[in-house]
Amino acid sequence: MRADETTADPDEGLARRLKALACTAPLHDLDARKSKLDWADATVYQMAEIGLHTIDQVTIAMDFDTGADHHQVTRRLLPFIAAQAPDRTTDEHTRVARWVLDNLINVGTTDRGFRRVYGAVDADGRYRRRAFDFKLLVELAAPDGEVYLRATDEAINVLVGALDTDVESAHIAAEVKLENLITRGRLADAKLAAEQARYRTVQYGEILRAKLDATRRDVRSVDWERELPELLDSALTHIESRFRAETAILKNITAARDEAEDPDHKRRAAELVDIVADCIRRHTQLQNRLQAAGAVFRAEQDRQQFSGPAQRAAVDVFGQLLTPTLDLPLADALAPVEAYFRAGTGTTVPSVPSLPSLVSLLLRPAPEREHVVGEVPDPELQPAEDTDAFTDEQWRQADALLDLPEVPRRLSGLLEEARSADPAVARLVALRAVHAYGPEVGGALRQSQGSVLLAVDDGTELDDPEIGGADLLLMAAVVDGDPAGEDPGTGETGTEADGPAGDGEDQAGSGGAEREPALFDDTEAIDDTGAIEEAAL
Amino acid sequence: MSTGHASADAEAAARLLAFGMRPKLVPGRDVVYADLVRRYGEDSAFKQLTHSVAAGLGLLVLEVNAQAGAVLAATDESIFEIKMDSYARQSKIRERRDTEKVLHGLIHLATAALGYPRPDDLANDTYIGRVSVEQVDGVVREACRILDERAAANTDPLADAPELEQAWRAYARRPAAAATKDGRLAPDTTRGMVTRALRFLAEQGFLVPVSSEQGGTYRTTPRYQVQVRELAADAAFDELLALGVVSVPGEGSTLRASATDTL
Repeated sequence: MRADETTADPDEGLARRLKALACTAPLHDLDARKSKLDWADATVYQMAEIGLHTIDQVTIAMDFDTGADHHQVTRRLLPFIAAQAPDRTTDEHTRVARWVLDNLINVGTTDRGFRRVYGAVDADGRYRRRAFDFKLLVELAAPDGEVYLRATDEAINVLVGALDTDVESAHIAAEVKLENLITRGRLADAKLAAEQARYRTVQYGEILRAKLDATRRDVRSVDWERELPELLDSALTHIESRFRAETAILKNITAARDEAEDPDHKRRAAELVDIVADCIRRHTQLQNRLQAAGAVFRAEQDRQQFSGPAQRAAVDVFGQLLTPTLDLPLADALAPVEAYFRAGTGTTVPSVPSLPSLVSLLLRPAPEREHVVGEVPDPELQPAEDTDAFTDEQWRQADALLDLPEVPRRLSGLLEEARSADPAVARLVALRAVHAYGPEVGGALRQSQGSVLLAVDDGTELDDPEIGGADLLLMAAVVDGDPAGEDPGTGETGTEADGPAGDGEDQAGSGGAEREPALFDDTEAIDDTGAIEEAAL
Repeated sequence: MSTGHASADAEAAARLLAFGMRPKLVPGRDVVYADLVRRYGEDSAFKQLTHSVAAGLGLLVLEVNAQAGAVLAATDESIFEIKMDSYARQSKIRERRDTEKVLHGLIHLATAALGYPRPDDLANDTYIGRVSVEQVDGVVREACRILDERAAANTDPLADAPELEQAWRAYARRPAAAATKDGRLAPDTTRGMVTRALRFLAEQGFLVPVSSEQGGTYRTTPRYQVQVRELAADAAFDELLALGVVSVPGEGSTLRASATDTL
């Protein structure tokens, strides 16, 4: 199929070579950027080599169901990296491994892939720039939820170096080469060839796996009358021939291993035996899958085909909606999916807050938003330019006014005095007076403050142009850390329960001061919260 | 008809709609609800009244039956409408935002496609489908693969016109999963998005969680079937028809043939 297209378009070969070239770019990029790393002097490492080695490790770990996870790959890379810089720490080696791995996945981009722009002359003879998207390592989720790594076809192609060649013929070629090499006794080259053969096997398994997955998912996705049986047949034939060839090679190298006298030859032959044995194991796995495919088909056919005729005309969601939409340009696809979403998600009920539910809403621990809306970015906060409503000078003036150690004063008098200096100070004094209506004696005690300002309402109305409420009596009370010590403020209790300046707080200042200070420390806050929670329920 | 009688009817009609706005409630579990559903089926004046009340609120009554309850849809600009803008992740760049929206929409379409794989399943009131996170992602990726195979020799997207890129490329390029520092599913991966869609549909009473296998397995509810069949599928179909990318099939057999061709 692809071969026909190649002949139809003379530029196809060029485009293919450009793409092949692009696949190597991330590896060159590693070496280009290593000098810019700030956590280590990484120039000593050969990053492209480590990159290739990483892809090797992932490819070797690839199986039908799972690949390697990040930790396994990192661990296997360590000896290789350590060999490049033995005097560096293991921590740094690990960090280099992670860095290379992350860069091959391209962590940090949304799509976790690479994009290269290349030019090609299209059918009309115009030069167009096109984007080639590719990935080297992809992350996939296993059934148990673990994320593992897989090498893509592009990566395997880059690694093997046989760019855009036919899988099957390259496989045969690799084996012929191996046999040749063994008979000539060149085992180092033989090992390379055997490894290439193994990558080819893995790649072939991947193609078949994709086909089988499609079959499993939907019977109608595959032509079971001709196409798939042919595919299974050819796959089985392929496995049979490879099996025979590899068993023969295995026998030969095993003999070579046993007969070799040079220990180096012996070791290399032993490695080769391992590799070929692994190839055979992979073929066996593939064959098992192929045999199970028929049973899957029959079970799915039973489930899907033997049902009654259509009862009424309905839309075929997959064929008439999903597939055409997928084929649309992004700009055009927006309208249909929005129409579907609007109509297909039902209704929402606008929420009306009620006080009890609002309170419980506010007291609820923060929901784990990441589960629902995705990662919440940490906002970059800039400090507000001016957070203080009152200047230091105004605070100082208010402090001076409210320093009332002995005789209580009326708020009205204080306000008048304050306003003569600065109207803002009057507002500050009024706010602090209201705050003092329910003073935090416990807090003052904890923070070892010398005194606390107390406000008492004796029923007198405040006559003030700006501020309304009760004309509070204000006095500074000395806080005595001794539990037995009486707070001077308690002498002025006897206020009404609902003072106009009351802000909902209970009169902790007067009532609470009679209790022992130890009781204050935390119980106050807990009691309040508990009460509100009860109200909310 | 006396005024007192009419206002009691209006209250009952409004109550039926109120039941319909609680998507997880089914008539089988609530006697009052079941009574109202029965009355809707038997009393055509009441049925008319319910429709009128719904229309006034900006709602459309899709169906009222004992299995699904009252299935409602929001009309355009209704306060009950769920906007895609509030569902999809906010992104500052407009193109990116559109891409996100398309991906979310495709996932919702794929969920319905997997829940009701054949037109029969959508039409058959007793059919209950099963969907899982893994399958939904798999279905879309498989469709992407088929489109990729079908694509002509060189259809790599043009570098200077990202909005002309086909939707399947955007989906295929997005990773299925990505490892995060704390081992959870990254939300901007396709599996993360599918997980969110299925949870959202479960909240809306369209799916019921069955197990946590395959990233979360759910079964469809009659309510979902009604919603997809009576409204959503047609809405999307009309848009596609307007774009001229699908044709109206003449007979059931054509539908079947096109399904075999594409699926």
